[in-house]
Amino acid sequence: MTIKSSIKGFDRRTLIKGSALSVASLAITGGYPSILRATTTPIKIGIFLPYTGTYAKLGSNIKDALILKIEENGGGVSGRKVEFVNIDSEMNVSKSTERINKLILRDKFDFLVGPVHSGIGMNMARIARKSGTILIVPNAGANEITGKFCAPNIFRTSFSSWQTAYPAGKVLLEDGMKRVVLIYWNYAFGKQTADAFRESFEKGGGRIIADIPTPFPKSEFQSFFTKIAALEPDAVFTFYSGGGAIQFMKDFKRAGLNRRIKLYSTFLTEGTAKAAGDASEGIRSTLHYATTLKNSMNERFKSVFLKKTGQEADVFAVQGYDAGELIIQGLKRTGGDTVSQKRLIEAMESSKIQSPRGEITFSKAHNPIQDIYLREVINGENEMIKIAMEKVNDPALGCELI
Amino acid sequence: MELSFYLIQLLNGIQLGFLLFLIASGMTLVFGIMGIINLAHGSFYMVGAYLAYWVTSLTDNLLWGILLALPLLFLIGFLIEKLAISFLYHRDHLSQVLLTYGLILILSSLQIIFWGKEFHGIDIPSPLNGSIALTDHQNYPVYRLFISFICGLTAFGMYFVIQKTRLGMKIRAGSSNREMLRILGIDVNKLYSIVFSVGIVLAGFAGMLVFPLNAVYPGMEENILIMSFVVITLGGIGSIRGAFLSAMMIGILETFGGVFFPEISSFLVFGLMALVLMWRPQGLFGQFR
Repeated sequence: MTIKSSIKGFDRRTLIKGSALSVASLAITGGYPSILRATTTPIKIGIFLPYTGTYAKLGSNIKDALILKIEENGGGVSGRKVEFVNIDSEMNVSKSTERINKLILRDKFDFLVGPVHSGIGMNMARIARKSGTILIVPNAGANEITGKFCAPNIFRTSFSSWQTAYPAGKVLLEDGMKRVVLIYWNYAFGKQTADAFRESFEKGGGRIIADIPTPFPKSEFQSFFTKIAALEPDAVFTFYSGGGAIQFMKDFKRAGLNRRIKLYSTFLTEGTAKAAGDASEGIRSTLHYATTLKNSMNERFKSVFLKKTGQEADVFAVQGYDAGELIIQGLKRTGGDTVSQKRLIEAMESSKIQSPRGEITFSKAHNPIQDIYLREVINGENEMIKIAMEKVNDPALGCELI
Repeated sequence: MELSFYLIQLLNGIQLGFLLFLIASGMTLVFGIMGIINLAHGSFYMVGAYLAYWVTSLTDNLLWGILLALPLLFLIGFLIEKLAISFLYHRDHLSQVLLTYGLILILSSLQIIFWGKEFHGIDIPSPLNGSIALTDHQNYPVYRLFISFICGLTAFGMYFVIQKTRLGMKIRAGSSNREMLRILGIDVNKLYSIVFSVGIVLAGFAGMLVFPLNAVYPGMEENILIMSFVVITLGGIGSIRGAFLSAMMIGILETFGGVFFPEISSFLVFGLMALVLMWRPQGLFGQFR
């Protein structure tokens, strides 16, 4: 009976996938004894990012920039070559735990890089806590990843949702906005963004006259706009991304609301700003990067990335690029040794990265400490207006490392 | 809130209902009348939007974009019916599910190969991009009213063709007894390839009309399939009248639910569906078969 049921559960697809993976892992680990392998065999980086669906562009930009960074370092670190195992996360939160578990077991990665989506990110963090694999999160902003789920072996090179939204409260007050409507997608990241904004905005004396969570991932806003128009606020603070963000900006303009009400946001990326056309003009947002930042690192990165991939660099590419730099700095200081993981983690923790976004260091919870910029869309580009808040450090609520 | 607020919300709901009907209308034909479960319904919505975007960016004219994309999409639908779907009429639903799921994967990969991973938006041409003042601080976008108008025309057109014309008579006959129709000397294969292609064109047409509000991007089709299933199941499979009524109910419920009960608004529609199906398992206007 047991044999029968186990065969039944083992479908053809997993069999094919499984054998392909084990062949790959055999080829990579070869027959070296383990001690020799630690210093001369390639360093293995598992990349778990989306290459299909809405976040496809984000996934490929992160991956391309990460590989670019390693290539710029000669394709390896401290005499060891770097190998990548690339897996499409397909943006499937429910399947992700099982798939990552399988990957970690089969290929003994030195580093695991991913994902884009916060839901998958929390699953990956839970797994990394158990397996001990060093995880570098190049996007997913859920506070928990470097908060409740933080661990010595979990790093993030992007941001926390708190970190990008908290400075926005201060910015709106400085711009003289007193009565504000809060509207955002009703899911983890949207709610965290709204909460962080509310925290700093109300502390400074601002008033939120309506709090409107809208169903995720729906992008029908007409009925909410009718409500906003009736409330006549000074400004609206939002969080939407991708298609939702584009539709929000376009509908906001089409309903004539942009004439009387200022629109603020956190994540307004170049891709969505361009696709929204003139509907995005004048919108202010806070983020840890702006493509127009004037520093030599950023200028160089943008041109190299464009030459290598044919794509314009964006905030996601920067986060992938810095994930590569974090790996390199860590390994350089241990002389390429990945066996004594404690030393490697300490080396990574004390990294100081000259990033296209400016200099970043890492907090005790392993989230970047970074400047948050105020940007405004001018002629389709996010122009940096000023630093909204310097050296912003996420409070890492619930993290045991602090 | 004043009365005008509720009236404008009602307008929002009706407008959303029209949109939902247009999105689901292709599925009413293909699933409701032909009995083919087309999981790739959303993919054709996406293909339609991309074709219209593509032609629009070449001709710099949205009207041309839509007018040229429509026959192109009909041709694609026709070819897919001939090369794939036509082999499935005698098979069970599971084979159809398998084949059309494959189509989803193929179409989304082709989309990325042809058009890339970026988001692309277009500007709505000038007479349609403005807004109409309803009260001193409420404006309504003209393009949304335009979409409602086109959706209304499409609904009426479908009703007219299916209920009042000879072709419609054949389609209805084919849905209840395919063999009898064949015995009476009617070319059922030809009939079905036309119905399938029209279903595809309707799915794509919805995409063509909606994308200027937003943009074209990979994954834009993700929620279309479920929404369409909800509309046609609630309305009664095979009934155009039912699909129209249920789209309106859902549109109005979502609008008011979203404004007054934001925390449970996603649940409301499915709750309504569950209630209706408990009372009438065949849907509002469906018939047991």
